[in-house]
Amino acid sequence: MSSGIVIVDYGAGNLRSVINALRTLGHEPEVSADPRQIALARAVILPGVGAGGPAMEELDKLNLSDTLRRRVQQKLPLLGVCLGLQLLMSATEEGGLVPCLGIVPGLVKKLPEEGKTPHMGWNQVKQVKPHPIFDGIPDNANFYFVHSYYAEPENSSVVVGTTDYGINFCSVLASGNVIATQFHPEKSGATGLKFYDNFIKLAMGGQAC
Amino acid sequence: MLTRRIIPCLDVKQGRVVKGTSFVKLKDAGDPVELADYYYKAGADELVFLDITATPEGRQTMASVVERISEKVFMPLTVGGGLRSIEDIHRLLRAGADKVSLNTSAVMNQRLISDGAERFGSQCMVVAIDAKKNEGAVPWWQVYVSSGQQPVELDAVDWARRAVALGAGEILLTSMDADGHRAGYDIELTRAISEAVNVPVIASGGAGTLEDLYLALAEGKADAVLAASIFHYGVHTVAEAKEYLAKKGVPVRF
Repeated sequence: MSSGIVIVDYGAGNLRSVINALRTLGHEPEVSADPRQIALARAVILPGVGAGGPAMEELDKLNLSDTLRRRVQQKLPLLGVCLGLQLLMSATEEGGLVPCLGIVPGLVKKLPEEGKTPHMGWNQVKQVKPHPIFDGIPDNANFYFVHSYYAEPENSSVVVGTTDYGINFCSVLASGNVIATQFHPEKSGATGLKFYDNFIKLAMGGQAC
Repeated sequence: MLTRRIIPCLDVKQGRVVKGTSFVKLKDAGDPVELADYYYKAGADELVFLDITATPEGRQTMASVVERISEKVFMPLTVGGGLRSIEDIHRLLRAGADKVSLNTSAVMNQRLISDGAERFGSQCMVVAIDAKKNEGAVPWWQVYVSSGQQPVELDAVDWARRAVALGAGEILLTSMDADGHRAGYDIELTRAISEAVNVPVIASGGAGTLEDLYLALAEGKADAVLAASIFHYGVHTVAEAKEYLAKKGVPVRF
């Protein structure tokens, strides 16, 4: 039976691991690029790897940008993952200055040159604010990252987790019904599965997620 | 702080893991899915699968193996061996691989790196370099392709730089001199490549002791170490390796 969880399929990356993570937790997600499907969803996961510009083009082409903005305003629980976090911001500096969904005000910037890029591997997430998305996850737990850009929200109060890689960047944000991570929970072992579990509990429980 | 990664490597032939893994108490120690799960639970940070079948049928089998692994192993998977086209790469990424590793095909068809990076992102394009020291008036490391059988007129350090410029997001570096001897990684080569490029470098070939892992990371400046026999033959567990490295001050994930 459908769980009402829709993974947005706009051609960006490895969806199979996200699907498998949800199945392991006992939920059968739908994978869709259909705005009607997303309009009916109880929760949406916006995954993604790759570049911001082409991803935005794809979301626009599929008529998903407006649907996502509208549904988030209507309090649809949404989880952005990796590029999915960056796409929520106002704009990205990747490939010039490309407007993004504008759901969370702020900019996406390149990681400092001093470190190797991509920032690839397991790094710690410091829980700078308590949030139910961290239930059962210890502070400074390791998650798997692969990215060259990071998001800088205008309003620092939405930053609930940070990670150090030359700079301290926002690795988990939470703003009302929107939660997003720069790391890949589906690649982060048991801790990552717990993160998805927490999101689904928040989304399905109808709590202030 | 970003931790250094420990990456067991599994050679797969026609869907079966080859090389000794008999120490592992599994129903079927040749089953890549069971072994992947074993290493996932043992705390490995990533896994690399090299398909040594290198035929179209082998690639198809590998894709279905990756599909089954990704159902229960929630950690990064890199797959290499005989990938020649964008379609080969796409099939494995769709199956659940996070990265693909290109070796011979990257040398022979350099556009495959840039085309792959453009289509799928640099983060999933690993270029594997097999290098052997060429002693002469000025020693250098020569690149070999076709499973180390074929020397090519490429300097490994130059090739690493070029591969990154084309879009490689990671370099998997194997010293052919050290490989199989369990007498330590080629530290000099590892450091030369690590310092030449601004993407992560995985050191491979020669791990025999835990100190070898440490030296590749600390002196070779590698971001990750790949090892096969040290883990497969049960000489050490991944956890032992991490405890050793942590005591030496290397950041690792537990």
